[in-house]
Amino acid sequence: MSLPARRKFIPLLATALALAALFTTASLLYPGFCSRLVVANLFADNAALGISAVGMTYVIISGGIDLSVGSVVAATSIVAATLIGRHGWHPVPVIALSLLLGLLFGLGQGLLIQRFELPAFLVTLGGMFFARGLAFAVTPESAGINHPFYDWVQALRLPLGGRAGLPATALLFLAVFVVAAAASHLTSFGRNVYALGGGADSARLMGLPVAATRVAVYGLNGFASALAGVVATFYTGSGNPAMGAGLELDAIAAVVIGGALLTGGVGFVEGTLLGVLIFGTIQSALVFDGRLNSWWLRIAIGLLLLLFILLQKWISGRAGAARAE
Amino acid sequence: MSEPGQKPRGASVGARLRWPALSLAALLLFNWFFSPTFFHLEIKGGYLYGTIVDVLNQGSKAMLLSLGMTLVIATGGVDLSVGSVMAIAGAAGALLVTRTHLPFGVIAPICLGAGGALGVANGLLITALRMQPIIATLILMVAGRGLAMLLTGGQIITFEQPSFVFFGNGHFLGLPFTTTVVALAFALTLWLTRGTALGLFLEATGDNETASRFCGAPTAFIKTLVYGFSGVCAATAGLIATANIKAADSSRAGEMMELDAIFAVIVGGTALTGGRFTLAGSILGALLIQTLTTTLYNLGLPPAIAPAPKAVVVVAACLLQSAKFREWTRGLVGRKAAA
Repeated sequence: MSLPARRKFIPLLATALALAALFTTASLLYPGFCSRLVVANLFADNAALGISAVGMTYVIISGGIDLSVGSVVAATSIVAATLIGRHGWHPVPVIALSLLLGLLFGLGQGLLIQRFELPAFLVTLGGMFFARGLAFAVTPESAGINHPFYDWVQALRLPLGGRAGLPATALLFLAVFVVAAAASHLTSFGRNVYALGGGADSARLMGLPVAATRVAVYGLNGFASALAGVVATFYTGSGNPAMGAGLELDAIAAVVIGGALLTGGVGFVEGTLLGVLIFGTIQSALVFDGRLNSWWLRIAIGLLLLLFILLQKWISGRAGAARAE
Repeated sequence: MSEPGQKPRGASVGARLRWPALSLAALLLFNWFFSPTFFHLEIKGGYLYGTIVDVLNQGSKAMLLSLGMTLVIATGGVDLSVGSVMAIAGAAGALLVTRTHLPFGVIAPICLGAGGALGVANGLLITALRMQPIIATLILMVAGRGLAMLLTGGQIITFEQPSFVFFGNGHFLGLPFTTTVVALAFALTLWLTRGTALGLFLEATGDNETASRFCGAPTAFIKTLVYGFSGVCAATAGLIATANIKAADSSRAGEMMELDAIFAVIVGGTALTGGRFTLAGSILGALLIQTLTTTLYNLGLPPAIAPAPKAVVVVAACLLQSAKFREWTRGLVGRKAAA
């Protein structure tokens, strides 16, 4: 499905307005909400979610889905924590190895989906089970990481004035976002992903490398999940096989709220950033309020998801009507 | 429905049941050799006890879910919300039983009705708003868990009401009562789909929705109905899960159950693309998954690790069903024979 050029940006605009409305409401309700500290924490607290949501954006634009994200985050975190804590490896090779494993895992899933035409949600559902079981097989409990390298990275801050500052993980999230957004607009790979999501058969007839693109998208998302897992170890200072349960749903929600169509071919990495910030704003508002429980977050995300899908239906319906005229 | 009313259905169903039946037999054979206590049965106080009975009892939830899921998948959809619906039904049941003095005979239909209503809501999102099934049910999966937590206030609600406890832990005819529940649900589903025209409409909808609509089949109604039915099945499973532990645990009830249910259906031989379905296959699939789980536990594998081998088995089962994979393996064998 492709929308006329200007309509393409309406969901993005709606998401931006929703974010602005949410943030303004929260700022009016809770004193101290509208501060640099809160804004910086939006990025710091949601770095892992953000990175996996950026990876998920590519998967969803390509017309697929990846449910294994949360489990890969958990597996990565516990493998890294065990290698560093128990086997005395230096974090740098551990991180490189983790990223490689994530990439290979994603490529494996992509191959199963592409080569044998298995449904993406089924293969990645299997991947979700597999990686979670693997994570618990490494160690059933959370494992702390104490290493000078971790202390050094955790102490890094880009000061924003006052008490606010962006930690290294938030900067990494922003870097991933910038690279992914640029790649989606400027590289042939990015265009191939859009073409694949718009219609695999048409893409094939145009001579685009459909098979390679699809496998690469899942590989990239495996890499992004592993990166999110590494970020999570920096954020929590530990690895945990139970980590990231439900993260895949949050990531998908962020992507959809960001304006991507789950049928593929439509969406922006920029929208996903807004989606993640909406998620973070609701979460921070719930923390500021203190009266509402954290499960309200789940309900709010569910409702927002519904709202944005309805909005997209409405817009694409109108676009269809406009074309017919 | 490639040849409606022509090909005898029994033959193809039999062929499709072969794989899950063979796998189950292989697994049981493995246990015969490596786990001598597996087939040990004894009668205590008039009730049958043993690992096999445990499999039936523990597998009851997956079997119930797989019944609803089979019909949903037959229409070409999928229901990811069953785990959350289980949690909601369990929470509602426990709340009603502790806060009111209603008998369980009244509470159970209320909970099942609630599950059905949630399912119908899924169905309406899919039919009236043309949402993709994965997404429509994903919303309830995400929000439903929160709703269940909200109902119980994040607490674990315990209860002692005898008839509710019996629903999950009682015995009937020497077997766990849950077996009776599954048998009744299976018979009802079988009658609804094979004894009435519903099954025909269902397969037609799953096979080619547009064509069926033009033929006058009420596709939207059928789809909505099927999601409602899946909700009722999930609510029943939720009540059993809640009765099992005599408590409503909204964060854990039905966790990951949607996966077991989907796997049971696929392993059982119903294709994800919709169309023909086999209820008996799904029940076999659910038993296969449960036997595998029990076998892994018997081998001393911690429950947390069990998903990994399960995932391998299930993806392997799907590979075996994939035409591309068969082609590929035939190609490999052919090449070897040539060389």
